[in-house]
Amino acid sequence: MALIRTSSPHLHKASSTADVMRLVALATLPGLAAMTFFFGWGTIINVMWACLLAVGFEACIVKIRKRPLGFYLKDYSAIVTALLLGLALPPFAPWWITLVGVFVAIVIAKHLYGGLGQNPFNPAMVAYALLLVSFPVQMTSWAEPFVLTHGDSWQVLEFTQTLGAIFGSVDPALIDMYTGATPLDAMRHRGGLTTEEVWRTVPVLAEGIGAWHAVSAAYLMGGVFLIYRKVFTLHTPAAVLGSLAVISSIFYMLDPYAFADPFFHLTAGATMLGAFFIATDPVTSATSNRGKIIFGIGIGILIYVIRGWGGYPDAIAFAVLLMNLCAPFIDQYTQPRSYGHAKAKRGMKGGA
Amino acid sequence: MSTQFSFHGGVHPPENKHRTTGLSVQTAPIPAELVVPLSQHIGAPSEIVVAIGDKVLKGQVIAEAAGRISVNVHAPSSGTVVAIEKRAVPHISGMQAPCIIIETDGEDRWIEHQGLADYHTLPKQELIDFVRHHGISGMGGAGFPTDVKLHLGDDHIVNTLVINAMECEPYITADDMLLREHSDKVIKGIEVIAHLLQPSHVMIGIEDNKPQAIRALELAAKETKLNLDIVVVPTVYPSGGEKQLIKLLTGIEVPTGHIPADVGIVCQNVGTTAAIYDAVFDGIPLISRIVTLAGEALAQPHNMRALIGTPLEVLLEAAEINQNALYRLVIGGPMMGFTVESQSIPMIKTTNCIIAASYEEMPPAPPANPCIRCGICEQVCPAELLPQQLHWFAKGKEFDKAKQHNLFDCIECGACSYVCPSNIPLVQYYRFAKSEIRNEEAEQRKADHARIRFEARQARLEQEKADKEARRKQRAADAAKAQAVKKDKAATSPDSDKAKSGEPDLKALKTAAAVSRTKLKKAQKALQNAQDKELDGQDKLKATVAELEVKAEAAQQAFDQAQNAPAPAAPVLDIKQLKTNAAVARTKLKQAEKALDKAETSGEGDIEALRVKLSEQQAKTVAAQAAYDNAESGGVAANSVSNEKLEGLKADMEAALGKVNKAQKALDTAIEGNSPAVEKMKAGVEKLQAKYDTLKAEYESTQNLAPTAAVAVSSEQVADLKADMDGMAAKVEKAQKALDVAVESGSPAAEKMKAGVEKLQAKYEAAKDEYEKAISPLNSVPLSIDLEGLKADIEALSGKVQKAQTALAAAQSSGSPAAEKMKAGVEKLQSKLDDLHQEYAQAGGQLPEPEPEVIDPKALKQQVSIMRTKLKKAQQALETANEQGDAEDLSELNAEVERLTSLHDEAKAAFDAYEKTQVDKAAAEGIDLKQLKIDAAMARAAVTKAERAAKKAREEKVEDLSGIEQQLVVAQQEAEHLNQTLSRFTD
Ligand code: SF4
Ligand code: SF4
Repeated sequence: MALIRTSSPHLHKASSTADVMRLVALATLPGLAAMTFFFGWGTIINVMWACLLAVGFEACIVKIRKRPLGFYLKDYSAIVTALLLGLALPPFAPWWITLVGVFVAIVIAKHLYGGLGQNPFNPAMVAYALLLVSFPVQMTSWAEPFVLTHGDSWQVLEFTQTLGAIFGSVDPALIDMYTGATPLDAMRHRGGLTTEEVWRTVPVLAEGIGAWHAVSAAYLMGGVFLIYRKVFTLHTPAAVLGSLAVISSIFYMLDPYAFADPFFHLTAGATMLGAFFIATDPVTSATSNRGKIIFGIGIGILIYVIRGWGGYPDAIAFAVLLMNLCAPFIDQYTQPRSYGHAKAKRGMKGGA
Repeated sequence: MSTQFSFHGGVHPPENKHRTTGLSVQTAPIPAELVVPLSQHIGAPSEIVVAIGDKVLKGQVIAEAAGRISVNVHAPSSGTVVAIEKRAVPHISGMQAPCIIIETDGEDRWIEHQGLADYHTLPKQELIDFVRHHGISGMGGAGFPTDVKLHLGDDHIVNTLVINAMECEPYITADDMLLREHSDKVIKGIEVIAHLLQPSHVMIGIEDNKPQAIRALELAAKETKLNLDIVVVPTVYPSGGEKQLIKLLTGIEVPTGHIPADVGIVCQNVGTTAAIYDAVFDGIPLISRIVTLAGEALAQPHNMRALIGTPLEVLLEAAEINQNALYRLVIGGPMMGFTVESQSIPMIKTTNCIIAASYEEMPPAPPANPCIRCGICEQVCPAELLPQQLHWFAKGKEFDKAKQHNLFDCIECGACSYVCPSNIPLVQYYRFAKSEIRNEEAEQRKADHARIRFEARQARLEQEKADKEARRKQRAADAAKAQAVKKDKAATSPDSDKAKSGEPDLKALKTAAAVSRTKLKKAQKALQNAQDKELDGQDKLKATVAELEVKAEAAQQAFDQAQNAPAPAAPVLDIKQLKTNAAVARTKLKQAEKALDKAETSGEGDIEALRVKLSEQQAKTVAAQAAYDNAESGGVAANSVSNEKLEGLKADMEAALGKVNKAQKALDTAIEGNSPAVEKMKAGVEKLQAKYDTLKAEYESTQNLAPTAAVAVSSEQVADLKADMDGMAAKVEKAQKALDVAVESGSPAAEKMKAGVEKLQAKYEAAKDEYEKAISPLNSVPLSIDLEGLKADIEALSGKVQKAQTALAAAQSSGSPAAEKMKAGVEKLQSKLDDLHQEYAQAGGQLPEPEPEVIDPKALKQQVSIMRTKLKKAQQALETANEQGDAEDLSELNAEVERLTSLHDEAKAAFDAYEKTQVDKAAAEGIDLKQLKIDAAMARAAVTKAERAAKKAREEKVEDLSGIEQQLVVAQQEAEHLNQTLSRFTD
């Protein structure tokens, strides 16, 4: 047999991009379970639907781009994008919202930029932001946790009915019963109440906040698992959560009547999902460890600023996208100091 | 001392080592045919010294080292040389290279060989040559000739010798087995190296996955007197990379673009040390080595001691290869090794492992996915690079950016490729980018070279033209003068047969000179023609031109001499003539001066030209006067002759200096470019330097012989010298500034620049010296001036030393890796200072003779502290052993502690003795060292106080500033004085 000639190294660690993606998908399961438990079947249906669409779009576009189909589908990256988008959408988002979202994410935000690894913006967040801007009504009607609709006994809208609701075969009025404002909405549009009053009077805060706490805890679990499995490092999530905690503490201390406490900011909305699953997307974040810290801090601060003063209640998508924009720049200025060099190099001297 | 540090990144590939460590090292069969490549090392291939058909004995030299970086090659077994031809050799490119093919006779008959009885008694150079002649080159990595590294002690201060026993690559167990079976050889080999390099500390780095080897090493190391530590480090790839190992063991990073010796470290591989042992103790050249045969295609994987030149198939056969299972044949480890396509290629001195891998074991790399920027590669990179960025740049051919991202610091360890989840062959990209960049640079260099050549040629042509013109003018002037002289003679001494009889001769000579000139011109034209058209035979023409030039000059000289010869015949007349000449010259000078004045005041006319004229006139006047004076005092022409000679020598000297500088510059660029010719160039530079030195010496001695000449032109020369000196000073300052900037920005070139600055400084000092020397006879008080100069030098130097010491202290406290180097620098300065002291003392006899015995108190002190640490460690171990009641260990440890105690005591005693002698010596001079120390400290404090006061005064703009500053100066002097006294007694 002819001997082969290849370049070193001749060993390869048995891990592939697909493995990484599978791990990420696995780590979202606790969050998915918690969402389902508190908000009903909608999230699961959304996620499944999104995944189906994602694979479909991916297959089409890969075909159009004349690339080997199996090879690209096997990397699971489309599935992860769909998963994250599905988790971020409101549980009763109509089917076409998801369809538009997945199309934007896979076809536009990913493949039109050259495919996996080339896209400057996080595809799921591009889709989310676009949907939020285009369809604010559908995108801001979040499901109410079961405690608000059925008290202590666990009961959510039946699976078939949810399916019907999403695909438009059920009277929208029924859905209205199950939807309401999110805690972030409530806090934002409080109509002159002090923070403490909002906490007391608005039901979603007074009684329903536990659901968000639980969901956040589930995402946190998944994130810790991924750090443990070395899928990503601690830097980004720690920087996001840390900076958010610090800035919200400062404002809370300045004026506890007008601002919410840090714990609220860390657990409400998609903070945990964002910190562990979205900001850590390697493709669109900074690369070096120092870069990741700067990137994460940027996101944390932007989240707070947009939540407090921006037009939209939740801010993860915009914060992440804005920092995506800065990532290449951050990379240029956070090159590590290489072995044997007195100082790290900065910027792009010597190159264009 | 075995504090461990860590390097960034690293990976943990499956080790796969156990399969080859079961069996002891077997001796491989002698193959029917040995294929011995001429170039198994980095550097020039060796030169063949045998012919086809020659019978050779085992160990006989078959190829000799060629050049500085090269080693001998020996016949690995006895037999007949049957061919000398190109064969495929183990190389990443799969290339063919010249090999000597020996058909073995199976007798394995040795040539007479013998080790050294006692290598300590041999001069170092001979010992190093011995190593070189035994063909020893690095056996771990690239195969760098070992003797070159053994020379590193010559111009580097080597503090630490690091022995690499890491063997961090998976599969390879050759060093492991070597250590298990021959640790004693390794240690003895280390002793040889330590004898040559004199490091203060030896560290053997070994990974913790080789417990038996560690044990064996520890046992063997008990015997040694070296300050040796076996540092066991965690297993992580690539801890065996030279730079990584150094970081791991010493915490020092080798600055980029430098070799470890620049930071006082030399690295050797254990295999190499064992080979040195074999050579030095048994006279066995490097003709065999241990090689690991591993891989799943082998039924009997194990280590073998095989002859260099054995074809792989013989070894694989011996390891019972299953040819059907063989899929990939790797030489070296799986991380950095390379594949070969043929089993008939030979193993060489650097072949430490052969992996016959099956398909399942090392399947082809899966197709690469796009990079997902996961950043894992960055986490594992031991060089702390950004592999993914480099990959983007290499892929996009943005080589500038790749370089800017330190591509050339990549050690191609493969860690990044190993972990990349997208299976990107990153290392391949880097290799590609590196070779592209190298090619580009080579092209650039070529282009630059051509340009420089062109410009040089242009300049030369112009110069030649100018020279010709000048010569022509000179001749015209000479002729006119001759004419004048003749007329004079005819007028004043009509009856001069002697002169007349000389005339025909004169004519003949003139003709001869003219003829040779014409010939020369013709030849020059031919040469130029040839150069313009780049014809062949230029060299010959050049030689002819040179020859003719000489001839023409000789002829001219003969003519001139003949012309001048009549002069001494009529000295009286001549003196008169000379007097007139001098007077005329003076008048002319005055006229020129006036003209210049006028021009200057009116600002009209060509002032520059006038000035030139003036100075010319001045020179002429001086010459005329001198000639007159000479003639009057009956002085012979000898003076002028020696002057001429002096001039010639000086020109020679300057030319040599120019050459040296040019060579140095070339060397610098070569070093920067990592050119392999560096060593050779260095040697060249040294040779040139030596030549220059001899010339200089000659020049100086001549100068001393002709002091009158020196005095005659001294005022002009002095001015020149001063200008030289000032120019130098400016240069030094500029260089210093550049250096400061470089240091601040942490540029890696700082070191080199420093050297440059030092060189300039030295030059400046030389210029200064010369200048001072030149003025001293003028002032006719040579001794006192010299003394004063020396004193000033001493003061300046001691200031420098102090500054350097503070800097050093700061560096040490901040743990800067440069501290070691700075220390060396400080020591050098100190020694310089001592030299100066000595000189001063000799000149003035004021200072007492400094300590003749050379004892390095720092080293002593260091030794003591090392010993103390070691002792403490051993004691602790003993205690724990005591607690655990491990009897066997206990006795061993006890012995160890005792040994160390005695060593410690010894060192302490040495140090104490040293201190005592110092105190005694001081006492003998009536100085109480302690009191002196206190005084010095107090003086220093006073200086600080005065400084503070001065600073404050300056800030507050106090009136009496100068008074305070005066005080400060006084205090400083006092302190310095005390310090100097003190420094004679302490370190
Ligand atoms: S390990 Fe591979 S995929 Fe990950 S960043 Fe590096 S090059 Fe890209
Ligand atoms: S091959 Fe080069 S870039 Fe890759 S890990 Fe090794 S040193 Fe770093």
